[in-house]
Amino acid sequence: MIFLVIFQIAKASEYVSVLRGEKKAREQANKINGFLMLAFLVFGLAGAWYCNELLAKETLFPQGSASIEGEEIDNMFMWTLLFTGLVFLATQIALFWFAFRYQEKEGRKTVFFAHSNKLEAIWTIIPAIVLTVLVVMGLRHWFKITGDPPKDSMVVEITGQQFGWTYRYPGDDGILGKKNYKLINGGENNPLGQDWQDAANYDDVLPTNMYLVTGKPVKLVINSKDVIHDVGLPHFRLKMDAVPGIPTTLWFTPKWTTEEMRKRLNKPEFEYEIVCDQLCGASHYSMRGIIKVVTQEEYDAELAKLKPNYFAAFPDKDPSTKKEVTPVADAPEAAKTTVALVENKMAVKPTL
Amino acid sequence: MSQETIIQSQGGAVVTPAIHHEEDHGHHHHEEGFVSKYIFSQDHKTISKQFLITGITWAIIGGLFSVFFRLQLGYPDSTFPWLESILGRWAEGGKIKPEFYYALVTMHGTVLVFFVLTAGLSGTFSNLLIPLQIGARDMASPLLNMLSYWFFFLAGIIMLSSLFIQTGPFSGGWVAYPPLSALGEASPGSKLGADLWISSMAMFVVSSLLGGLNYIATVLNMRTKGMTMTRLPLTIWAFFFTAVLGVLSFPVLFSGFILLLFDRHLGTSFYLSDIYLQSTQTALPNEGGSAILYQHLFWFLGHPEVYIILLPAMGMASEILATNSRKPIFGYMAMVGSLFAITVLAFLVWAHHMFVTGLNPFLGAFFVLLTLLIAVPSAIKVFNWLTTLWRGNIRFTPAMMFAIGFVSLFISGGLTGIFLGNSALDIHLHDTYFVVAHFHIVMGVASFFGMFAGVYHWFPKMFGRYLNNTLGYIHFWGTLVCAYIIFWPMHYEGLAGMPRRYYDFSIWESFKQFGGLNEVITIASILSFALQLLFVFNFFYSIFKGRKLDTKNPWNSTTLEWTTPINAGHGNWPGEIPEVHRWAYDYGKDGVDFIPQTQPVGAEESKGH
Repeated sequence: MIFLVIFQIAKASEYVSVLRGEKKAREQANKINGFLMLAFLVFGLAGAWYCNELLAKETLFPQGSASIEGEEIDNMFMWTLLFTGLVFLATQIALFWFAFRYQEKEGRKTVFFAHSNKLEAIWTIIPAIVLTVLVVMGLRHWFKITGDPPKDSMVVEITGQQFGWTYRYPGDDGILGKKNYKLINGGENNPLGQDWQDAANYDDVLPTNMYLVTGKPVKLVINSKDVIHDVGLPHFRLKMDAVPGIPTTLWFTPKWTTEEMRKRLNKPEFEYEIVCDQLCGASHYSMRGIIKVVTQEEYDAELAKLKPNYFAAFPDKDPSTKKEVTPVADAPEAAKTTVALVENKMAVKPTL
Repeated sequence: MSQETIIQSQGGAVVTPAIHHEEDHGHHHHEEGFVSKYIFSQDHKTISKQFLITGITWAIIGGLFSVFFRLQLGYPDSTFPWLESILGRWAEGGKIKPEFYYALVTMHGTVLVFFVLTAGLSGTFSNLLIPLQIGARDMASPLLNMLSYWFFFLAGIIMLSSLFIQTGPFSGGWVAYPPLSALGEASPGSKLGADLWISSMAMFVVSSLLGGLNYIATVLNMRTKGMTMTRLPLTIWAFFFTAVLGVLSFPVLFSGFILLLFDRHLGTSFYLSDIYLQSTQTALPNEGGSAILYQHLFWFLGHPEVYIILLPAMGMASEILATNSRKPIFGYMAMVGSLFAITVLAFLVWAHHMFVTGLNPFLGAFFVLLTLLIAVPSAIKVFNWLTTLWRGNIRFTPAMMFAIGFVSLFISGGLTGIFLGNSALDIHLHDTYFVVAHFHIVMGVASFFGMFAGVYHWFPKMFGRYLNNTLGYIHFWGTLVCAYIIFWPMHYEGLAGMPRRYYDFSIWESFKQFGGLNEVITIASILSFALQLLFVFNFFYSIFKGRKLDTKNPWNSTTLEWTTPINAGHGNWPGEIPEVHRWAYDYGKDGVDFIPQTQPVGAEESKGH
């Protein structure tokens, strides 16, 4: 239907321009288009302003950066916006104004102005200086973010796969145990391929969400089990690819607990979400992870609830299950034998 | 190189002209059959039309794909029964399946970047204008030129066939990063579809190389008498540098694809290491490969590629702005210099696409510096275009409108590149809609506007007729407005952290609030697509029924292509090729409206420019 209408308009306009005669048609067209150039400038700038009114509050800027390191990123954005914004206004206005102002007119004389070394120098040097300033600002911060995390950072490992995230905490020894992808076995509760020969693995826990402590820097160790994913943290202004075979890292310091954010934004459903930021297959859009930023006490409490994954892989290693098979003190002889048998089994080294 | 100098009149009968002898070529006249005249033509003008029409066809397909996936993005909770009639099992129940959504997005990018904006843009205009503007009868090798088109055609056939296979077309993004693109078990689209995609791209690379080598050889060796390099129109400089970019970078892409094929089928581990597949619950034996290696090989072309797309548009915009302002292009040498600087720098910035891959920060810093450096020659060009308009006497032909629109879009899209090129900012903005907005405006729309400007301006040269002006104005204003409505708000979505390549946002607290905006964008994109169909109608209709030219030089332009007869035949100029005495931009010199390049310098003329 719509196409028919357009075709009809098209045909009609053709005939109109033929009827008018070439020169007159051209003058008329020039006038209209010249006016439209100016109109586009005005409405375009108005539109940009209106768009900003509507959408600026939907961006992450109003709520501020949820990480200390991200504050500088927001700051740099604003400086860049200032410089580019000025250039944008100056050039777009010049463009559409010139188009309108210098439209074809009977008898208008053009100026044969083919070059000016002075002008060229000015608009080469000034942009170069502005860009250098932006580069210096940017690189100072880049080296900080990609540099070493503070000595007192906690360490959390996050592994991406099609289509979800697995988190691992190093436990009391503070060391993440070694992994080998060939040891991955979902059926035996070893989704990450933890190498049980490495004792550092015995206290590593795998919570369902990532827990971080407000004010405490965290270093994320990032892995992937299959294709390239990306740990995207919009609220913290950071992200890093998860590449199979090549561990990457990212560090930052959260500023506000999840509860605090909920209050600040007046959004009871707010969560710090982990976004997969690299196309990883058909369910790329559904890899949602959640970070709970909590106080130190809450964090300690949460982690205390968790059992090391070692026990999930080897239930008989779990002290709480051991307690269950401990018999009553005055049990008959058979029970004592049972205890002895169980204790023997416990002494056996775990096999892979 | 032997060249034909046979002219065939419009009636098709063979006429014996006054034959001009050039160095060492045989002369003969023969009747060309339909097949050798129109299908396997070796005439650069026909080949250029082949590229253009094939490019237009792919643009419709690629644009249609974007309409489909925008339906999903704008109306994520709706179903469209008619979609199922068109897409069959890929849109069961009237809703596009996620795998097919990703195939659409992948094909949209691949088709538009390579088939339309590389082959359709460079292939068309380099072929049309290089011989005509430098004063040559045809390309250095008409045979390789013909092959360049047919390899492109073959690439298209292979890509088209991939749309209909059982496991579906390739769906790993136009960048095709492994391991996703290497492992069929990671995605159905990475099965046969990926092999067809890679094969198609390999044919495409061959086509581009054949074309590029030809353009370079022709520009360097076959300029007419008096046509020194510094008298070349900026279009030729642009096409020349574009060809250099392609010749040096496409082979690297090709190597990246070969290694990918090896990983896919020969058990190698160039890109693969430490992989456990959920779908089959198996650990793959591959170890030691680096997925990031692919990214380096890909982006080594990938970045120059965007300049391959941009430079021809810049060259044509310069030409069209000068002609229709009746003023010389401002700062010709600076324009050439900036094209050169962009070409050189284009090879040195590729890893700005890889800031968040975990690359060495020092390396990253190096790329930040160079990326922001490349903004300088780009800025110079914008200022020079503005100065060209200043105090001109501007004729608003549709071509001129699109050239002006090109400058506006290049400013908008180029400036957002400054945000992204700064690595610390890029950490936040990478893979968000901010990036989508940036590259669509600066490369997608801007280069499309350059292409439209070229088509409207040189259509008379190609077909001896004009495109309809009114339709052209509607096309221009409609597309300009729609393009800004579509892509401007996307910056804000990106600044909210909204990721790209997402099928649906409903489970995400952080960015589910853009439903209304996504709908508006979808409506604008449908409207824009309809406007392009209007243009296509104008294009094909005008080939047969457009207002005929009654003058060789409809735009009163100084350049050589307008000195051939209307609908010039093989060999372009009957008789001798004209000699050139001046540069291409004597508009308004000494009060004279324009002085063609062929006119000798008069005794009273002011010196220099």
